[in-house]
Amino acid sequence: MERIFFKFNKEIFSKRGDLKIAPLNNTYNWNLRQRIFNIVIFSMGIFIIIILAGILITLFYGSFPALKKFGLNFFINKEWDPVFNKFGSLPVLIGTLLTSFIALFISIFFSLSISILLGEYFKKGGFSNFIKTSVELLAAVPSVIYGFWGLFVIVPLIRTLEIKLTLPSYGVGIFTASLILAIMIIPYAASIGREMIELVPSDIKEAAYALGATRYEVIKKVILPYSKSGIIAGVFLALGRALGETMAVTMLIGNSNFIPKTIFHPCNTMASVIANEFTEATTEIYTSSLIEIGLILFFVTVIINLIGKYIIKKFTIETRRENG
Amino acid sequence: MRGKLILFTIIAITMTVLLMIIGCGNNKSSEVELLGAGATFPYPLYSKMFSEYYKEKGIRVNYQAIGSGGGIRQLLNKVVDFGGTDAFMSDGSLAKATAKILHIPTCLGAVVVTYNLPGNPKLKLTSDIIADIFLGKIKKWNDDRIKKLNPEVGLPDSNITVVHRSDGSGTTFIFSDYLSKVSKKWREKVGRGKSLNWPVGLGGKGNPGVAGLIKQTPNSVGYVELIYALQNNMPFATIKNKKGNFIVPSLKSVSLAAQINIPDDTRISLTDTDAEKGYPISSFTWIILYQEQNYNSRSYERAKATVDLLWWIIHNGQKYNKELEYAPLPASAVEKAEKILKSVIYNGKNIL
Repeated sequence: MERIFFKFNKEIFSKRGDLKIAPLNNTYNWNLRQRIFNIVIFSMGIFIIIILAGILITLFYGSFPALKKFGLNFFINKEWDPVFNKFGSLPVLIGTLLTSFIALFISIFFSLSISILLGEYFKKGGFSNFIKTSVELLAAVPSVIYGFWGLFVIVPLIRTLEIKLTLPSYGVGIFTASLILAIMIIPYAASIGREMIELVPSDIKEAAYALGATRYEVIKKVILPYSKSGIIAGVFLALGRALGETMAVTMLIGNSNFIPKTIFHPCNTMASVIANEFTEATTEIYTSSLIEIGLILFFVTVIINLIGKYIIKKFTIETRRENG
Repeated sequence: MRGKLILFTIIAITMTVLLMIIGCGNNKSSEVELLGAGATFPYPLYSKMFSEYYKEKGIRVNYQAIGSGGGIRQLLNKVVDFGGTDAFMSDGSLAKATAKILHIPTCLGAVVVTYNLPGNPKLKLTSDIIADIFLGKIKKWNDDRIKKLNPEVGLPDSNITVVHRSDGSGTTFIFSDYLSKVSKKWREKVGRGKSLNWPVGLGGKGNPGVAGLIKQTPNSVGYVELIYALQNNMPFATIKNKKGNFIVPSLKSVSLAAQINIPDDTRISLTDTDAEKGYPISSFTWIILYQEQNYNSRSYERAKATVDLLWWIIHNGQKYNKELEYAPLPASAVEKAEKILKSVIYNGKNIL
């Protein structure tokens, strides 16, 4: 192992001449320090890979009894019955996807507007900084606080709305959870959207203006088509965040394992069922089913994140190529 | 020079960490610190008891309220001196343990049915009404059966919103244990457990979560621990017990529920008991420990300290129960617990 580091050491630093950088110390000490430094940074990097692999292995290992017992039925089964040891993830799967996609749908309007505002209208200056900091602060608020705020402010509002619409007036439910989730994920989509809009080369914008396009037309016909895939990528990353959100959703979704009839009904998500039930899950198959839900959630978020990353990467390379 | 210094620092840090790890694993200092983990329900009582115990005897007790399931798991893994649980271990899970586990009751708890109705009236309920409400069979507050029992209360013509615990908990276990005993439909459809497949309703996390949802949602009904309802001035229902008396849940009526024949291992459910004046949704909460205290190379001092602590809890410690609104153990239960504690051994020899 050390030999690899040493080799790496030599390859990188033999050209530069280490004596020039540290002329006062002798070479041996310099090398030693460099070696320790290399070992440290290398092991940190490897450590992260080990942790990720470790999580995956643990999840697989832990969910093995459930995988064996329920197989693919785990995805179709509607029942979640810890007393009679029947477990199916369909309601929580639906709950997770519904809350996340509704949240995404609501947040797109906000995040797109904010990214256009910051990426095109106010690129610099006090107002821009003010909005930018506010958006960043939205991301910094702990999710339990969103949960509290939702419980005391959004839930009564939704309940009034439900009474007016003559729906069952729970207050908590999918729609309430989605609203709070939407606010929570705005910063993620907005900041990536802004960066992508800023990447649009000014010469094509100027060309459009020269042709007599209005600002609205430039945004609609030049900027948005150009930065489309980047914005979508931002949305995907926000979706990844929404899928795994636990605390705020648990407080607002109503935690009942039914397939919802309307979006105002209470439901449950994968993350919240784990948070709620794991501590008291005593039988092996129960624990294992909860871990399998964790495994599914892990895969769903990883895939969503990878898609987002891939789109961003492809987009930035294309832009660079076109610009260069 | 500096390289050596860094190397030296790294070695020094590693050594310190290693020493700390070794130090933790091999705690043989004169001051024994006992470790416990488990039920959250008696946590306020235990922390009061343990702090008083420290003042009296100078022995620290570290109790982590991680839930009954966690307490049992940690005891099975032999990482704690004792566990705490709201639901006694079943024969099946006791058989899984490598050694015999004993149950010592420490106090009594109860679950009350609480609700949010205009004017917060006092409601009277029977077991079959409660079961049908939580099964979703009784849908409206002005159902004939509820109206008949509470003629003086103006019940609204609105849907009942059921609120239950979303997290696995001993409270749910006690409540569903009661409903399983009194309702055949409940037993077949839902059963008893710390988490259930609820036929209707919303879930709230913990007692505060359920209480919060009930306080916010008009016409809702749910269940919380008696102490929680008392401390938060929540209304709760008077419930008809097995002997046909309507009983107001209180520390006294909960203690009275245990006025029955308690088996020698104290593993008994106190829901729906034959006690004349007993509140029907009551339960013991237990501390569990191994009969053979010499495991994981525990010292004799540690074993002795554990047993002494439990002895103190069921005797002198009981005076803190009332102060913190936990129902104290009845004399018959203390007697049984004494016998169990006397059976605890170290290397086959009695400790007490």
